[in-house]
Amino acid sequence: MGDPPPDPEPPSQPTSSSRNSQVSERRRSRERTRPLVPEELQQIPLDPQILRGSQEVLSNQSNLRGWPQRASLTPNENLVFQAEDPYVNPGFSAEVQPQAYLSEGRLQASHNASLMLPQLQQGEGNLFQQLESAYQGSPADLPGQFTMYQREDLPFSQGTQHGPYMRDDPTLQFSPSELGFMSFNMELPEPEPRELAVQNAKAYLLQTSVNSDLSLYEHLANLLTKILNQRPEDPLFLLESLNRTTQWEWFHPKLDTLRDDPEMQPTYEMAERQKALFGRSSSGEGEQEMEEETAETAVPNIMEKAFYFEQAGVGLSSDESFRVFMALKQLVEQQPIHTCRFWGKILGLSRSYLVAEVEFREGEEEAEEEEVEEMTEGGEGMEAHGEEEGDEDEDKATDVIPKPTWKPPPVIPKEDSRTGTNRYLYFVCNEPGRPWMRLPHVTPIQIVQARKIRKFFTGYLDAPVISYPPFPGNEANYLRAQIARISAATHISPLGFYQFGEEEGDEEEEGGAGRDSYEENPDFEGIPVLELVDSMANWVHHTQHILPQGRCTWVNPLQKTEEEEELGEEEEKADEGVEEVEQEVGPPLLTPLSEDAGNLRTSTSAGVTSTVLRTSTHPCQPPFSTSTPAARTL
Amino acid sequence: MDAESLLLALELASGSGQGLSPDRRASLLTSLMLVKRDYRFDRVLFWGRILGLVADYYIAQGVSEDQLAPRKTLYSLNCMEWSLLPPATKEMETQTSVVKGRFMGDPSHEYEHTELQKVNEGEKVFEEEVVVQIKEETRLVSVIDQIDKAVAVIPRGALFKTPFGPINVNRTFEGLSLSEAKKLSSYFHFREPVELKNKTLLEKAELDPSLDFMDSLEHDIPKGCSDFPEVHPSGSILEDNGQCSGNFSG
Repeated sequence: MGDPPPDPEPPSQPTSSSRNSQVSERRRSRERTRPLVPEELQQIPLDPQILRGSQEVLSNQSNLRGWPQRASLTPNENLVFQAEDPYVNPGFSAEVQPQAYLSEGRLQASHNASLMLPQLQQGEGNLFQQLESAYQGSPADLPGQFTMYQREDLPFSQGTQHGPYMRDDPTLQFSPSELGFMSFNMELPEPEPRELAVQNAKAYLLQTSVNSDLSLYEHLANLLTKILNQRPEDPLFLLESLNRTTQWEWFHPKLDTLRDDPEMQPTYEMAERQKALFGRSSSGEGEQEMEEETAETAVPNIMEKAFYFEQAGVGLSSDESFRVFMALKQLVEQQPIHTCRFWGKILGLSRSYLVAEVEFREGEEEAEEEEVEEMTEGGEGMEAHGEEEGDEDEDKATDVIPKPTWKPPPVIPKEDSRTGTNRYLYFVCNEPGRPWMRLPHVTPIQIVQARKIRKFFTGYLDAPVISYPPFPGNEANYLRAQIARISAATHISPLGFYQFGEEEGDEEEEGGAGRDSYEENPDFEGIPVLELVDSMANWVHHTQHILPQGRCTWVNPLQKTEEEEELGEEEEKADEGVEEVEQEVGPPLLTPLSEDAGNLRTSTSAGVTSTVLRTSTHPCQPPFSTSTPAARTL
Repeated sequence: MDAESLLLALELASGSGQGLSPDRRASLLTSLMLVKRDYRFDRVLFWGRILGLVADYYIAQGVSEDQLAPRKTLYSLNCMEWSLLPPATKEMETQTSVVKGRFMGDPSHEYEHTELQKVNEGEKVFEEEVVVQIKEETRLVSVIDQIDKAVAVIPRGALFKTPFGPINVNRTFEGLSLSEAKKLSSYFHFREPVELKNKTLLEKAELDPSLDFMDSLEHDIPKGCSDFPEVHPSGSILEDNGQCSGNFSG
């Protein structure tokens, strides 16, 4: 036990004035001691003497009105001083209240822990009276009531002397609700049951209501503050209406009738964000000009492309294109990017996505990939182990439940980075100015499922995709899968613009997978526009076709890896010879569009954009493809 | 989009990726002026564009003095020559509901739809396959009508109703404030009211008869199908209706 406070006196005798002097004395005394939790506990045994007197009063109480509970608890009074500050925000008083409440709880805990709850409720009524009595105390303590941040274990050290300087104390930066649990657990070896009960009670009160952000705690604090400020004649009688008024005021902040409150409009915030875009770019440009004249930046010339698309009647407005250009520049600065291309914009219900197709420099992205793979492999190891244990248990049981012979289809591994569907990395952002977020690589099962469902995008990457058949992943995965499908279907170029390199091996050696890389043809001369429009044979796909399996290169799902062979040796023999999966083959790279499947209504067609003939074509310009109208690839 | 403020409206609606090339824009401005003069419309609005396989239809609507009266719809393939479309009827709607898929782009194209019809010949009843031909023009008319009924939206306060009957443009309407603009209740379906009669007297008591004479967007099913995705930097809001994605009203 620590030093007892120098003035333990029975509460029943002193008058209010002397009581208050006692209180202030006690406070000062407690300030000298270290503000630790044990001190509070020590105070509990001390207080029972005082409290026992008040306990009787409490238990005898049937009518709580108008009782200026002189027999109130000194701890409560201390706290109450701070509670009734008229300038304290509801938020602050909420933080002050816990302390009053805590000690209230302690009071009853010392009495009988099992009767906690009903007594707590009674204690709420007590608070009214105690507040009143305390308020009649020295109003000179007003400065001491600017206790914005109070720790629960320092109720007695908030003294009058410290006043407004308490705010600067770094140890008091935490609000009680944050430290409420931590402080007790750190400094006490074992949280006592009453502490726990108190914490639970407080947590319950701090729950925010379903309909609003208001918690019962805060509401009570507001209500009590209001009552104390207004000091109505018969507060209990007016309690109902005061309750309503307080609730109403919470949601209708008082507006100044003389001055307009400038609203923080979302348009201002957006403008701020986009201003940052412009600022950075201008400083970046200055540096570049100094260093090199022709710097090869990965950022494409969006404005030029936007001009050509505009001629075709497609595209974003010029200022939005410019913002996109700025945002891509920002992306290139932030990430180690080798090539970058504006893939397009996908519209969503709440927000849209701007998509950038990006290739990293060699070796840059492997670090991130490894982390993800480790996690998935760890998961698979666990599952295999679980199967073994299951087998053993079943042998021992007398009634053997027949094992289902259905096995889930083998998981088809996703393609490596920089190959097939994962050839490019995609970054998305909602608006130019917002941070770019990287989309994960796509897995074959995601592509297969994405083919079956149609869902709008909401604009939030972590939104769940609720559909039937169920999609494995959230909106980020769904977006990535659709981007992969769109890219594979609609990226085309005029015949002859790209050609295969000469170093490719025979097609037979590669197992019929076909070539998967191409290079620009330096000898390409433009094809006349009329020919391009007339026949679809003049356009070719330059992205790999996605097989029904969900990959670009076929993988036999029955090929077991080494790990699986060790575990499932017995089962393998039964399966062999039953399932043989056919190799899936798709059209090779650079096939013309005239070979596309589908009837006339769903294939690609081209139209001349204007009556003025153009003599040259721009190779990056895909014509209007009707098979995927949901997005426009730029 | 009003012909007079066409360019501004096109800029605002460009967020979706649909736009018009400069030559189309220029020709629209010119030809819409001529249409207004020839047909003696009060206002000519550029309704939009319907994409077809071979060509696209550009649609305009002419409005006479009464705003809510049925509008005359015109279409053009090249934004210079406009042809009037017949008004939409219920039979057209049922007839064209069987046709699915994209528009061809050729107004004289006819869709063939085979139906099984019961034919009574004497005492026998047997089914015959009848090939019904549906013109693309008819389909165009009914589609435009359906889109209008589903999606045309007008902010509260833009139009007002006088006791004489006709509905006029409110010249003192300056637009909605930002907080009001985000609420669905400040927008109405621009069509004859369907749900207004079903409201209880209590709800009707709060309405203003000169302003609230159309169905509000609040009670649409499914909820949230008309959503306001983003606030444009200039402060305007684009509405995107989930049912007809691709239809934008500024």
